[in-house]
Amino acid sequence: MAERERSHTRPLGGVFIPRAQVLSAADLQRALTRMSHEVAERNGGIEEVVLVGLQTGGVPIAKRMAAVLTEIEGAEPPVGTLDVAFYRDDIGLRPVLPEATTDISMDLTGAIVVLVDDVLFTGRTVRAALNALGDYGRAKAIQLAVVVDRGHRELPIRPDFVGKNLPTNREEMVDVSDDGVMIGTVEGR
Amino acid sequence: MTEFRAPRHLLSIDDLGANGIREAMSLAEAFAEVERRVIPKVPALRGKVVATLFFEDSTRTRLSFESAAKRLSCDVLTFNAGTSSLKKGESLRDTVEVIEAMGADAVVIRHSCSGTPVQVSRWVSRARVINGGDGSHEHPTQALADCLTVRQVIAERQGVEPDSLGVECFNGLRVLIVGDIAHSRVARSQVLAYTTLGARVTLCAPGTLLPGNVESWPVGVAGDLDAAIKETDVVSLLRLQRERGSGTYVPSLREYTQGWGLTARRASLLKKETIITHPGPMVRGVEIASDVADMEQSVVKRQVTNGVAVRMAVLFLLLATSDARGGIQRG
Repeated sequence: MAERERSHTRPLGGVFIPRAQVLSAADLQRALTRMSHEVAERNGGIEEVVLVGLQTGGVPIAKRMAAVLTEIEGAEPPVGTLDVAFYRDDIGLRPVLPEATTDISMDLTGAIVVLVDDVLFTGRTVRAALNALGDYGRAKAIQLAVVVDRGHRELPIRPDFVGKNLPTNREEMVDVSDDGVMIGTVEGR
Repeated sequence: MTEFRAPRHLLSIDDLGANGIREAMSLAEAFAEVERRVIPKVPALRGKVVATLFFEDSTRTRLSFESAAKRLSCDVLTFNAGTSSLKKGESLRDTVEVIEAMGADAVVIRHSCSGTPVQVSRWVSRARVINGGDGSHEHPTQALADCLTVRQVIAERQGVEPDSLGVECFNGLRVLIVGDIAHSRVARSQVLAYTTLGARVTLCAPGTLLPGNVESWPVGVAGDLDAAIKETDVVSLLRLQRERGSGTYVPSLREYTQGWGLTARRASLLKKETIITHPGPMVRGVEIASDVADMEQSVVKRQVTNGVAVRMAVLFLLLATSDARGGIQRG
């Protein structure tokens, strides 16, 4: 979500101009399959695992990982969605309203929460998500899964499961969709 | 992506317009989700100070503004007219300036004198002013809570998320407002809110309790409540404001109840889909029969619950933008 907000909202808004394909649709599916296996391996199965997708980019990724986990583990992990608008540290400077719903219907106390997002950039969205998750109960552990880690962290946060490490410069933009992963720039900023 | 510029103050429903009502309701649904959490509190407005200045009695408005502010992690200053320096002769203007000097970012004001929040908004330099009910003028957050509640009921019947309905579900909705309209600030805000969203509003009241200039309002007036009540989607009842002298406008409470109260007999004329709202406080046995108030069609308790979410939305809209360069962005 961090990536989308930064790129599509005024005064930073603009049009995404793709430069290169980083992962094809098939590569993306392979990466998600591997990450799902890693989630199951790390946690000795998925009995306590709850996937929480960050709105909006992380939600389809979380659903796709849940589908893979259902296939390999034979049980469907619960999937929640989280919008962190009320936890951001730039409220008042550049307010962003929640654009999508938060839906975590279970008490997270004792669960292993796997936060899922499309792109990990500064880490501020993840920081906000960690604060938000605390309000749903005391999770046993929180892990982080991202399709692309593009660097430029501003906070001491690292992912547990990564689809692709992608060195970028700050001005670039990474777009994750069903068609794969593209890198490019945003014109008209 | 849409951009919405929040008003500086919320003095009237007119400050929001249709776009603002839509944003406030959308935000209120997000805050209603917060209220259902294990820990119903978010750090969205940490460090902001909200002062409540109530010069008139109130239970739900004051409590819901204060609980809304606390759930957003604001600090709350509570001003009590009865025990303040007003008693020593301090003027309203000086009182407001003192509260602003203490760092209040928002001032919620209720006063028995219509127009007080407007006057206060001219005196403050940086604080945002929110009308918590002024005389018989307006009570905007109550009207927002009513709209939110009505939309939730419509959404439940259709089996969809309330926010997915936007404000289009109000288009052509028939709303009947019954009771002491002349003295009711809720009625004025309701009329503005509902008509702004495209609803068809009809008023029904004893001639003495209709506002003097009702012809200039964008509403219809019904003479016969029994007939009007059969043909409405929402019926909003109002309390007889006896503290504003309404008692002298009707021959007796009993006659008022017979003519304009929602008695059990009248409630049996309602379509079963008609939603009954009442902004509270209710006087059972006068404007609404006790059994009717507890009917399934009555959403009185939900209006109170929604009052907190709506006030969180209003505080967030006004305060989250206070240091921002542009408007609020969505998406």
